[in-house]
Amino acid sequence: MAAHLKKRVYEEFTKVVQQQHEDLSTKKLRLTKPSKSAALHVDLCKATSPADALQYLLQFARKPVEVESVEGVVRILLEHYYKESDASVRLKIASLLGLLSKTAGFSPDCIMDDAINTLQNEKSHQVLAQLLDTLLVIGTKLPENPSVRMRLVEVACKHLTDSSHGVRNKCLQLIGCLGPVEKGVAKEVESQAAKDVQKIIGDHFNDQDPRVRTAAIKAMLQLHERGLKLQQAIYSQACKLLADDYEQVRSAAVQLIWVLSQLYPESIVPIPSSNEEIRLVDDAFGKICHMVSDGSWVVRVQAAKLLGSMQQVSSHFLEQTLDKKLMSDLRRKRTAHERAKELYSSGEFSSGRKWGDDAPKEEIDTGAVNLIESGACGAFVHGLEDEMYEVRIAAVEALCMLAQSSPSFAEKCLDFLVDMFNDEIEEVRLQSIHTMRKISNNITLREDQLDTVLAVLEDSSRDIREALHELLCCTNVSTKEGIHLALVELLKNLTKYPTDRESIWKCLKFLGSRHPTLVLPLVPELLSTHPFFDTPEPDMDDPAYIAVLVLIFNAAKSCPTMPALFSDHTFRHYAYLRDSLSHLVPPLRLPGRKLVSSPVSPSITPHEDPSQQFLHQSLERVYNLQHLDPQGIQELLEFTIRDLQRLGELQSELAGMADFTATYLQCQLLLIKALQEKLWNVAAPLYLKQNALASAAAKQILEETYKMEFMYSGVESRQVVIIHHMRLQAKALQLIVTARTTRGVEPLFGMCEKFLQEVDSFQRCFISELPHMQGSFVDKLLDLMPRLVTSKPSEVVKILQTTLRQSTFLHLPLPEQLHRATANIIEPTGESDNPLRFTSGLVVALDVDATLEHVQDPQGTVKVQVLYPDGQAQLIHPKPADFRNPGPGRHRLITQVYLSHTAWTEPCQIEVRLLLAYNSNRSKASARIPKMTWSESLEALPPSENGIEGTIPFSKPVKVYIMPKPARR
Amino acid sequence: LSAFSLCAGAGQDVGRSCILVSIAGKNVMLDCGMHMGYNDDRRFPDFSYITQNGRLTDFLDCVIISHFHLDHCGALPYFSEMVGYDGPIYMTHPTKAICPILLEDYRKITVDKKGETNFFTSQMIKDCMKKVVAVHLHQTVQVDEELEIKAYYAGHVLGAAMFQIKVGCESVVYTGDYNMTPDRHLGAAWVDKCRPDLLITESTYATTIRDSKRCRERDFLKKVHETVERGGKVLIPVFALGRAQELCILLETFWERMNLKAPIYFSTGLTEKANHYYKLFITWTNQKIRKTFVQRNMFEFKHIKAFDRAFADNPGPMVVFATPGMLHAGQSLQIFRKWAGNEKNMVIMPGYCVQGTVGHKILSGQRKLEMEGRQILEVKMQVEYMSFSAHADAKGIMQLIRQAEPRNVLLVHGEAKKMEFLKQKIEQEFHVSCYMPANGETTSIFTNPSIPVDISLGLLKREAAIGPVPDAKKPKLMHGTLLMKDNSFRLVSPEQALKELGLAEHQLRFTCRVHIQDPRKEHETVLRVYNHLKGVLKDYSVQHLPDGSITVESILIQATAHSEDQGTKVLLVSWTYQDEELGSYLTSLLKKGLPQSTA
Repeated sequence: MAAHLKKRVYEEFTKVVQQQHEDLSTKKLRLTKPSKSAALHVDLCKATSPADALQYLLQFARKPVEVESVEGVVRILLEHYYKESDASVRLKIASLLGLLSKTAGFSPDCIMDDAINTLQNEKSHQVLAQLLDTLLVIGTKLPENPSVRMRLVEVACKHLTDSSHGVRNKCLQLIGCLGPVEKGVAKEVESQAAKDVQKIIGDHFNDQDPRVRTAAIKAMLQLHERGLKLQQAIYSQACKLLADDYEQVRSAAVQLIWVLSQLYPESIVPIPSSNEEIRLVDDAFGKICHMVSDGSWVVRVQAAKLLGSMQQVSSHFLEQTLDKKLMSDLRRKRTAHERAKELYSSGEFSSGRKWGDDAPKEEIDTGAVNLIESGACGAFVHGLEDEMYEVRIAAVEALCMLAQSSPSFAEKCLDFLVDMFNDEIEEVRLQSIHTMRKISNNITLREDQLDTVLAVLEDSSRDIREALHELLCCTNVSTKEGIHLALVELLKNLTKYPTDRESIWKCLKFLGSRHPTLVLPLVPELLSTHPFFDTPEPDMDDPAYIAVLVLIFNAAKSCPTMPALFSDHTFRHYAYLRDSLSHLVPPLRLPGRKLVSSPVSPSITPHEDPSQQFLHQSLERVYNLQHLDPQGIQELLEFTIRDLQRLGELQSELAGMADFTATYLQCQLLLIKALQEKLWNVAAPLYLKQNALASAAAKQILEETYKMEFMYSGVESRQVVIIHHMRLQAKALQLIVTARTTRGVEPLFGMCEKFLQEVDSFQRCFISELPHMQGSFVDKLLDLMPRLVTSKPSEVVKILQTTLRQSTFLHLPLPEQLHRATANIIEPTGESDNPLRFTSGLVVALDVDATLEHVQDPQGTVKVQVLYPDGQAQLIHPKPADFRNPGPGRHRLITQVYLSHTAWTEPCQIEVRLLLAYNSNRSKASARIPKMTWSESLEALPPSENGIEGTIPFSKPVKVYIMPKPARR
Repeated sequence: LSAFSLCAGAGQDVGRSCILVSIAGKNVMLDCGMHMGYNDDRRFPDFSYITQNGRLTDFLDCVIISHFHLDHCGALPYFSEMVGYDGPIYMTHPTKAICPILLEDYRKITVDKKGETNFFTSQMIKDCMKKVVAVHLHQTVQVDEELEIKAYYAGHVLGAAMFQIKVGCESVVYTGDYNMTPDRHLGAAWVDKCRPDLLITESTYATTIRDSKRCRERDFLKKVHETVERGGKVLIPVFALGRAQELCILLETFWERMNLKAPIYFSTGLTEKANHYYKLFITWTNQKIRKTFVQRNMFEFKHIKAFDRAFADNPGPMVVFATPGMLHAGQSLQIFRKWAGNEKNMVIMPGYCVQGTVGHKILSGQRKLEMEGRQILEVKMQVEYMSFSAHADAKGIMQLIRQAEPRNVLLVHGEAKKMEFLKQKIEQEFHVSCYMPANGETTSIFTNPSIPVDISLGLLKREAAIGPVPDAKKPKLMHGTLLMKDNSFRLVSPEQALKELGLAEHQLRFTCRVHIQDPRKEHETVLRVYNHLKGVLKDYSVQHLPDGSITVESILIQATAHSEDQGTKVLLVSWTYQDEELGSYLTSLLKKGLPQSTA
């Protein structure tokens, strides 16, 4: 047998493999590397001591093994295994066996028997554990083979009595991963392992080693994950484990209890030491709540997290979690929350606290006080006050989930969430603000709560403030005083942090539209109108005034009586704002002659968005223009592009779509223009001057296509084809222009070949899309391909020219959602007249704060560019940690840019802008090439595809005034 | 064997903590505090309780100080230098650093201000501190071969610790003062599940369950913020250490968060020195400070500056922390007099005030104060009370007991009436006995110490092989001989024991006669007995020997007719002492008689 195997191994040694490439020109022969197995065998035979052998094995393990030779390697290893007396070498072999059986494409059933056999005579516990691990790998590789699994489980059961915890651990793990999930199947397989896996695992809940206990619970959870319905009997066992001495056991037990509570929520369990019975989910909830005050914070985090997902729990249990009976000297005391509520309901508001205001009132019956409740009492109160912020965050999250499912609980937990706004850790504050936002449709804020919430508006962290603005967007406020308070605080915020302008306006927009009736009585005060006197007209550019107007106009939308309260200049301001801040100010139905000032006609059919229609209509028009005269085409294209661009500016939600198509049409226009040039008819030497236009057009089209491909999110493969097609056309144009302008044929050879290669790769990448491209440039080109390959460059150029002219204009299908990546640099503002002074030769840090929208993978693509007045440019890659993700599709870049320069005589401006880096390799096209195996992938990609890297500027440059001073001597 | 404790101070009383614990022959003194309320001999614990004659050093094995508050360490120089103690004193590093400062301050006030004599001197404090051994958290310190101590984190103040004292397998945990809810600068107390025989816990707030600290903090910040925005001045009288730092951190972070500009001052001197130590002992603070100190040490205050007397007259808003905390003298009182007349200003009392102090008066609502020189001071400024206390409340105490799982609990450092309630609760909910000794009272607690015995491996393996798989949770019966020799216990096999002791083996047989009513012949009776036993004892080898006797394993049964009554048969059962279990079972079985059905 061994001799035969060895022969097989040596056969592989000289096997010749012929590699087929699609590209016939790169067809080549290749020798496979000498087979691993043979080398290993030689090494192992050479090894004189166990240490040597171990070294060889370690080296061997670093390199991957081909699928075909795995079995041979395994045989050699096993052969060596039986001979080896040193446990460490056997251990390594065992681990290698596991590693090898993981090799993709290898089916390990052939080595299973051998692996099981090795277990029989093994004495070392460590090796035994490793072997079981290997068996686990083998078992997981063979999911459709119940008999194999049965066998492995049987083996594991046999070793459960081992004295080493490691072995028992692995056995349990194996049973958990491979144990039969359906009872029926277990019975069909006639073996005796049909006994209950759960019982076997359950028996080890009381193992003497905590690690084994943990493994047992984990195995049970594993079984559950694989779909086995756990028995309810385990519940009482698991409850006992909650009092275990070891945290990992407790942590796992909490999970198990949670699983059981989800499986049997409605079954009834008795309460020990009384005759009462409660639902299992309530009991489990109480127990997990109890674990929120566990000694180990790992358990506390676990418990707090799981609480959130127990939504079937009864409401009075749930509400207990927020209950903490206060007392002082055995007298009942009211919590600050209760006092606040009472103050509020009694109509008195925020009186100064007096000494003894919180003095305890009623006497408490000493017998009735339960200091450590078995129930859920105060679990969240404890969790939210925990020392570790991990626990606090988990508690806030759980609170959020429970509140989302129970409105009454949401109302009750409000006080606690509001308290969390003052946590010492920013993350916790942020989390609680987000939580509050999520449950905001269930709640209405009381005035005193609103007060606390609004106090956070002065926070110096921008994230917090913005989160809070978003929270206010969707909060319900109960009184007009509340609205007034919110407005006042927001205006305060605005004066303190002017950069929050946009966010505050947006916030007020929603606040206004949600509470029109509450805003109505405030209008005269807010606009400071007077019944008899004319008041001075406020400054239209004052952000605070704009903020007030945004609130009022949005409220007026659903409150037709409000415009009557406006004074004349308000209407004028409305017209101005409606035009300049159209996304914040809604169209209003204004009475009488004032209607004229409204730019949007009132007869809007709400269902059909006219702008969307307009977009499609104009595109329709363009695509149907095949038969117009060239002049007409050009004009129509120009008009359409202009229309689209204007549309993009007006309708922010269509901007992406409009820009995208406009760019495409622009490319088309450029192409047509270039082809319309008279120059093509003239003999070569004469048009040297004019060709500037054609080559410039080609270049611009190339650039635009990169923009189209990488700057828009939501671009699908249908669009990518067309973009690539346009690029191909541009390249053809380039080729023709060069052919016309350069003399001699030599340089053309290379260019032609390159172009043909590109056509070829285009065909490979988009083979599935080709049928949709009837009559296009590439379609025609591919028809002519055999001719092109054989003909001379001049021929090729001629063919290209005619095809390019005859080819039709491809229809660009629009995806559902298309957004253009945009960036807006908030800081530096570029308004400062004070130069940033620093000593030349040293560096100065410039804070850059920018918002990015619709950028995919900003960490990899967004760069900061600094342009110095001397033309020197510096490209900075921000750290991945500098990007934050406040919402879907939005990113925020907050980073520092280090500047340095030699001394200047006077301050000068540098430009800072953001760039979007791209790499055509990374493009969506190359992702479509099927992945090849690791050894081939490097060679298979032709170097030409290695990509053009470039950058697209996508933000307005900001000027910063700097002044490097000469160093003082 | 027992662990007992004697309270020299702090039994059913706050202040003057001093507890003496004798555990397995070792004597340990826990804390050595003074009483703030007295100025005579009663301010220090009565050390004559400890030993009537003989030196303290000979009697005490060590002294442990839990934290630097004077009611826990104030009597230390007196005790070690004036009464005379030369043994080791254990405390944590921060306590060792801060303790002498406070002692010196205390000495200055008593000696220099009040002019007392017969008090310890600066040199004595220094000498005393030389005897101190500093310990780290969770470090096990071997005091001598048997006695070991270990410190756990206790919150409360910087460096406060709980101590576990362990001799052999008996242990006591002493909590000192502790806090189960974290605050702005310290974490929560934590102890592992060490299952001590006795837990000595403070019980200052035995009958109180407190509200969440967040409300208090928020209220405090809101008050300060509002006043400062109005342009008013805020006075916060504090004691130099502990709460002052917490409030400083609270205000500092708030100022930072809210970008406020109004200046915050704290009085120079002691507070400044203390802040220095807080900066050094970062590892003793809470999670947030520990995690962020690499970027910035939280105690390097950006907004809080040292106070100068002249600043009090500056216009515009400001916040001032001034000592002492009860407004009875010093800087805080001076500032109070200056600011009291303006209703825009505010004073916030962050702690308890003793009766008779200005602090207590204004808290109880007095608006006109009589100062020295018959001046009448009208208080127009707002007066606020905020309780920032760092003791565990009833729930916290229960939580600690749950964490440690002690077998007995002893309450100290609290009022008797309140302790009574807590005691009852502890007994009811944990089912452990609870004690609350008065000063000078001794409590003895009986423990069940487990005594380790060496067993030879051979015997262990042999015995473990018999019967079912060993289970850690169940006791297992083993046979062997216990050898007590040279103060050590060993469990050996009987043969080895005989060999070691040089004794010959003696056979010991028990015989027993059982009377059975059976009119049949002897050999028939024997047969019946044989069949019966065979039926009952299925797992044992039961043999009927040719000489008419029956053996069950090595037990011999013979039957003879009764000499007087032929109807009665006498069964003679004989067994060696090793088979005692089976033998006695057999006799009881036979005494029940044979089954009636005779086949």
